[in-house]
Amino acid sequence: MSTDTLTQTWYMTQRQLMAIVRQPVFLVISLIQPVIWLFLFGNLFKKVVELGGFGTTSYLDYLIPGIVVMSALGSSMWAGMGTLEEIERGTLNRFLTTPVSRSALMNANVVQNGISTAVQSVVIVLLGLLGGADYPGGFGGLLILVVASILLGTVFGALSNALGMLVRQRESIIGINTFLLLPLTFLSSAFMAPSQMPSWMQHIADFNPVNWAMIAGRSAMSADPDWSVVLGRGGALLALAVAAVWLSTRTFRSYQKSV
Amino acid sequence: MSTPAPAVAARALIKTYPGDVTALNGMDVTVEAGTVFGLLGPNGAGKSTTVKILTTLARPDSGEATVAGHDVLRHPDRVRRAIGVVAQKSGADPVATGRENLRLQGRLYGLKGAALTRRVDELLERFDLAEAGARIVRGYSGGMLRRLDVALGLVHRPEVLFLDEPTTGLDPEARTAMWDEISRLAGDEGLTILLTTHYLEEADRLAERIAIVDRGRVVVEGTPDELKGELRGDAVHVELRKEGDRVVLTAVLSGLPGVHEVLVEGRRVSVRADDGAAAVPALLAALERAGAAVAAATVARPSLDDVYLRYAGRRFSEAESQSRSQSQSPELLPAGDAR
Repeated sequence: MSTDTLTQTWYMTQRQLMAIVRQPVFLVISLIQPVIWLFLFGNLFKKVVELGGFGTTSYLDYLIPGIVVMSALGSSMWAGMGTLEEIERGTLNRFLTTPVSRSALMNANVVQNGISTAVQSVVIVLLGLLGGADYPGGFGGLLILVVASILLGTVFGALSNALGMLVRQRESIIGINTFLLLPLTFLSSAFMAPSQMPSWMQHIADFNPVNWAMIAGRSAMSADPDWSVVLGRGGALLALAVAAVWLSTRTFRSYQKSV
Repeated sequence: MSTPAPAVAARALIKTYPGDVTALNGMDVTVEAGTVFGLLGPNGAGKSTTVKILTTLARPDSGEATVAGHDVLRHPDRVRRAIGVVAQKSGADPVATGRENLRLQGRLYGLKGAALTRRVDELLERFDLAEAGARIVRGYSGGMLRRLDVALGLVHRPEVLFLDEPTTGLDPEARTAMWDEISRLAGDEGLTILLTTHYLEEADRLAERIAIVDRGRVVVEGTPDELKGELRGDAVHVELRKEGDRVVLTAVLSGLPGVHEVLVEGRRVSVRADDGAAAVPALLAALERAGAAVAAATVARPSLDDVYLRYAGRRFSEAESQSRSQSQSPELLPAGDAR
């Protein structure tokens, strides 16, 4: 990648980040929402740890990685709406008539999504700390959780962008997202220890990338991490992220042909 | 002495979109360097598609084009460095300030540091946005937004500027201001401007040469005066009280001395007369005899509307409404047979 592409990627990323910071309502909601999840689910399911299999006696400890990953999913899957707006407004076409590197335009989506997910994840981890959560895996474990949620955000952000460029309809993105968000979350270990899930659910969860991110993060955050689990799930997420970005780059090319 | 290469040269462009919509059907455009060229036509005539191809956004199915001497298909990157584009839709980022929009645009062309700051200040000043530059674009008026769009297209001092319907949607005051701005741009040394518009008045006022576009190709081209001069005499428009019989009225009026090019459409009758004022009494009498009661009659010097009528075979306003109804039914109505 040329230095031009790198600096241009940064310019375009900066532009997107600035746009987020300038929408305080959006910013506040995306930070308050995890707090509500933590508070609601933390209290609602407080006693389930007594069932065993959670690896901790504090449900909050168990819940934090679940909420971090769920929030990464919840915010990234709307990325396509922004792309759609840029297409409709003509901003994307304006950039396409300049000599800007085409990959810089696509990279910026990925980098911005990664930075936003990282900030959101760190805030939730800090909120957990305030609420008295314990992180036995230390800084290293938390870092892996954040990386896992960034990878998951990359997967869904890229897919959402591809969908936006392909169907060009807000309704489709809204429909698919509302359809997917809860099943993807509940068919994972977000709220319930895998050993307490019905076995058919466990099998489905094994194929759920949202669950991969939670398992990798949780495992790394435990006092005695199982590194093969972390690497296995993390590697699968990385592969999926690469595939999703490749797909959205392809759709971007087909968008350029359809103008 | 060799003539300088044209700034824009497009030959035989053909472009179809899915669903068998032919947007361009053998489009030819040549724009001499340093001039203002107007592509005039109703919505859906193919003006925007032409601009998209010339600005490297879209690829034609066939045909070739060079802009500022570079082939749009083989060297799109060189074309992009040489052109400025002001699209129909404002491409400005609404959540950034005017200044930020300009700075980013400049950076994409490789401007930086003091040179970038200087250029951005200069443009904000020139387009009367110096004060508004620090404000978020979402709060801009239509006229301010359009001025910012033009400024964005000029950041890197392009050789060729594309203005795709620069005044559509502007109120009359902002439109006049934009016209003044474009006239001033035309005076910039060496700048070539390709302008598309569906306002006859706009093309007449701004462009040195005009190509009239209809159904994806150029039907006639020349200076506004040449185009108007090719029309013999005056246009006489008569409004009937009731719809007349097209065949009968056409036959009756065509027989009158000094009257040519009779067109009857519903209640509207248009003819061309060597001497408009002198032809009116005979015209009215002939209509009376044919049983068509007259509501109003006007005589006008030739306008671009008449040029359009002559070369595209239909009225401008009619072509506009046809292109709108076309989105519902893809079938093209034959000219002059609209109702």
